Amino acid sequence: MNALNRREVVASLLEGRGELLVVAGLGAPAWDCTAAGDHPLTFPLWGAMGSASMIGLGLALAQPKRRVLVVTGDGEMLMGLGSLATIGAQRPDNLAVVVIDNERYGETGMQKTHTAHGTDLAAVASACGFVDARIIRRNTEIAAVRSSIYRGRGPLFFQVKVKPDALPLVLPPRDGAHLKHRFREALLGKGAAAQ
Amino acid sequence: MQGKISRSSSAEAIDWPAAIHRALKAQRVRQVSYVPDAGHKRLIELCHADKGMAAVPLTTEEEGIGLAAGAWLGGERSALLMQSSGVGNCINALSLASSCGFPLLMLVTMRGETGERNPWQVPMGQATPEALRLAGVRTLRLERAEEASAVANTAAKAAFEEQSAVALLISQQLIGVKSFEEKR
Repeated sequence: MNALNRREVVASLLEGRGELLVVAGLGAPAWDCTAAGDHPLTFPLWGAMGSASMIGLGLALAQPKRRVLVVTGDGEMLMGLGSLATIGAQRPDNLAVVVIDNERYGETGMQKTHTAHGTDLAAVASACGFVDARIIRRNTEIAAVRSSIYRGRGPLFFQVKVKPDALPLVLPPRDGAHLKHRFREALLGKGAAAQ
Repeated sequence: MQGKISRSSSAEAIDWPAAIHRALKAQRVRQVSYVPDAGHKRLIELCHADKGMAAVPLTTEEEGIGLAAGAWLGGERSALLMQSSGVGNCINALSLASSCGFPLLMLVTMRGETGERNPWQVPMGQATPEALRLAGVRTLRLERAEEASAVANTAAKAAFEEQSAVALLISQQLIGVKSFEEKR
């Protein structure tokens, strides 16, 4: 049984986040990131399932001097599995992908995902050329994950096994245009945001 | 996707992929993602050779919708190259562009229209313009090599200056028909 609490893990990773750019996959990972504090430099998804890691790649290539973190779920990652190969081919050294793996489709009735049946996403990421790809099961490992996300050479991949809890919804803004504008304004400044 | 391609004489005379590449440069496109098509062979090579561009091969076309969104969030412009069969793979991902108003430039080489010799290319090729329209993507057509510069510039401006989702459909008549007769 997985022991980690997803909200605590994400809060630990985002605490004092500084200049970190965050993409949050749809569903619980977006709620986790919002629970840690809604932030203009977090781009949470409400759809386009399977796209989170690729948004992270586009952002990482565009902003090579900033650290980019994708926080997503096991179901979302499974839908975009090919993007791990695409990221592995590009090898952006400033990108980290954290999969909060509860082995369930949490928003649709807690059906088991492939990871509940043994799919090892970290092994896939490793085989695709990620510099470091690991399964994380213990609280004592989170500090090292955090350190890698902020300072380690990427691309990095952490599959964090968490309890399949149904936690209170903490929703980010829903308006996609607003989420896009506030992100660009915070990153690029008021003038650039309109370009 | 090797294979003998028969081209029209006007396409031989005018380097239309280079004209598209120049239009991408003029609009400061920095990330070019693609799933290959024989019709995009030269443009893909030009993008790989361009030090001012990151050429990003994809495993499936919808990855390029996400990449373009991420690029825009980070202050860069991205274009996505595919053949018409790839449009079907993009449909749900296109909700990202329409829900958030991300600029998007898709360059789609058409299969399944003029003289297609692979019947399996016909259904998606025929559905491509309507599928894009239903997904909220405006379509423009490139039929002749001599129009490439003007039409590519119009499409790129529509994407990045008007900030809309645009697909430039490149006619099969222009790219030629795959013959399946050449030894591989």
